[in-house]
Amino acid sequence: MSEWLYQLENLTKEYGGRRVLQVDNLQVRRGEVLAVVGPSGAGKSTLLRLLNFLEPPSDGCIRFLDLQVTADRPAPLAYRRRVTMVFQRPVLLDRSVGANIRYGLQIRGCRNEDHELVAVLDLVRLRDVVHQPARTLSGGEAQRVALARAIVLRPDVLLLDEPTANLDPYNVGLIESILRNLNREFGTTLVLVTHNVFQARRLADRVALLLEGRIVEVADVEAFFQAPQDPRTAAFVRGEMVY
Amino acid sequence: MPPAGARRHQAGKWRGHVPDETRRSTIDEIWNGLTEAFRRLGTLDPALVEIVLLSFRVSGTALLVSVVLGIPLGAALGLSRFVGRKLVTALIYTGMGFPPVVVGLFVYLLLSQSGPLGRLDSPLIPDLFTPGAMVVAQIILSLPLVAGFTMAAVLGVDPELRQQVQSLGATRVQAAWTVLAEARSGVVVSVIAGFGSIISEVGAVMMVGGNIEHRTRVLTTAIVLETRKGNFDLALALGFILLALTFLTNVAMLWLQGRSLDR
Ligand SMILES: Nc1ncnc2c1ncn2[C@@H]1O[C@H](COP(=O)(O)OP(=O)(O)OP(=O)(O)O)[C@@H](O)[C@H]1O
Ligand SMILES: [Mg+2]
Repeated sequence: MSEWLYQLENLTKEYGGRRVLQVDNLQVRRGEVLAVVGPSGAGKSTLLRLLNFLEPPSDGCIRFLDLQVTADRPAPLAYRRRVTMVFQRPVLLDRSVGANIRYGLQIRGCRNEDHELVAVLDLVRLRDVVHQPARTLSGGEAQRVALARAIVLRPDVLLLDEPTANLDPYNVGLIESILRNLNREFGTTLVLVTHNVFQARRLADRVALLLEGRIVEVADVEAFFQAPQDPRTAAFVRGEMVY
Repeated sequence: MPPAGARRHQAGKWRGHVPDETRRSTIDEIWNGLTEAFRRLGTLDPALVEIVLLSFRVSGTALLVSVVLGIPLGAALGLSRFVGRKLVTALIYTGMGFPPVVVGLFVYLLLSQSGPLGRLDSPLIPDLFTPGAMVVAQIILSLPLVAGFTMAAVLGVDPELRQQVQSLGATRVQAAWTVLAEARSGVVVSVIAGFGSIISEVGAVMMVGGNIEHRTRVLTTAIVLETRKGNFDLALALGFILLALTFLTNVAMLWLQGRSLDR
């Protein structure tokens, strides 16, 4: 079994001729928590969409396990279903909380999802609102539903796009502990986009800095924060403008 | 003979001061129409039942075809980007405002013995003055409404939703289906609008059906006929029945819409 799960090679993504992502080389290791930090517009969400095989790369290649995804070779469904993402702005279905969480299981043709549903509801502390229409939830509750509907699928890789932005400390703490448990108990690989360097420090094994679509530095969390190799990383860690 | 001016004056006066007897008789007529409607419904008047059944058969068939074609068409237009999509959209929006009598005229010309389709004498193409011809005309009227409202409803769904459900493992078809389910209120509106436009329509069915007794007479054409004959009671009775049946149909559709997807 190889050590890495993803291997990105000369990957680029363009929108309307504008290059927004250019990753020459990046690996995601099996079972790690990789935090991706960087300023707004750096291409973090774009990177996650590519890792989720939702959009084809413009050029280059994503290796995932024994699969090679390129511009004209999309990922088959079975591989796509091993990865799931919690979006930056989660859009819930106009159904009950329970129906939202069951959705991913249902489209996989799973019956008897009730056991999984109850377990995950307890995890995100949403048992009381299971029958409530999702559109009536508070922001923090909605974000927890978005997390719950992803983790109930037991993905190999969970991609998280700022899962705790705009949340109160209680919800941040709850979500961080859920993520930590997921990673430790089930070995779920996490790729976490965050604006919050403290969160990256708390959760990540390794940190990558993305700047204008390029990876500036990837390092173990201690090295990234204590001894950054690149001056731009040092500036970012100090909270200075790097762009 | 009084001068024209005086006559005009008299006419104006008559309109301005409706005599009490006239007013009462209008109310009486409405009342009589209601009781007549209930009597005919209560006794299941065979002539009435025939007309009601044909109305629903014609408009129901036309609606069914419009829904089967229009909802997928509307959904596809709302979900995909292709060259010429704007043109198709403009055509559909135009179709949403088609005057029934003009559609009736077109279908009449198409299906008449010397028309381009009538001449083919194919068993697939209905003859003029048959329920089949009326169905064809009503499909042309309701299909753009169903497709247009469905498209608008699908466009109203958050565009990010499709990618999010794909991230949860949905296939393209499952994702499209989920978006359509999110747009369900609008899709039901599209069906109700399509149905309302044809069950109440008189111009096209009159033109291509001909209001032939026992063959092509439907509620709306019967109302026109009875009004012309001065049978206001009967015309009103038919009118009430049309309203009531349309109301009940819509309540049934809304009930279907209200049933949530929550299980
Ligand atoms: N579908 C798209 N079409 C065109 N341009 C896009 C598209 N998606 C992203 N972009 C552009 O790509 C660049 C990177 O966007 P991305 O959303 O990945 O940034 P980000 O790092 O996630 O920023 P933020 O922290 O603000 O969420 C932006 O300039 C954005 O305008
Ligand atoms: Mg983003």
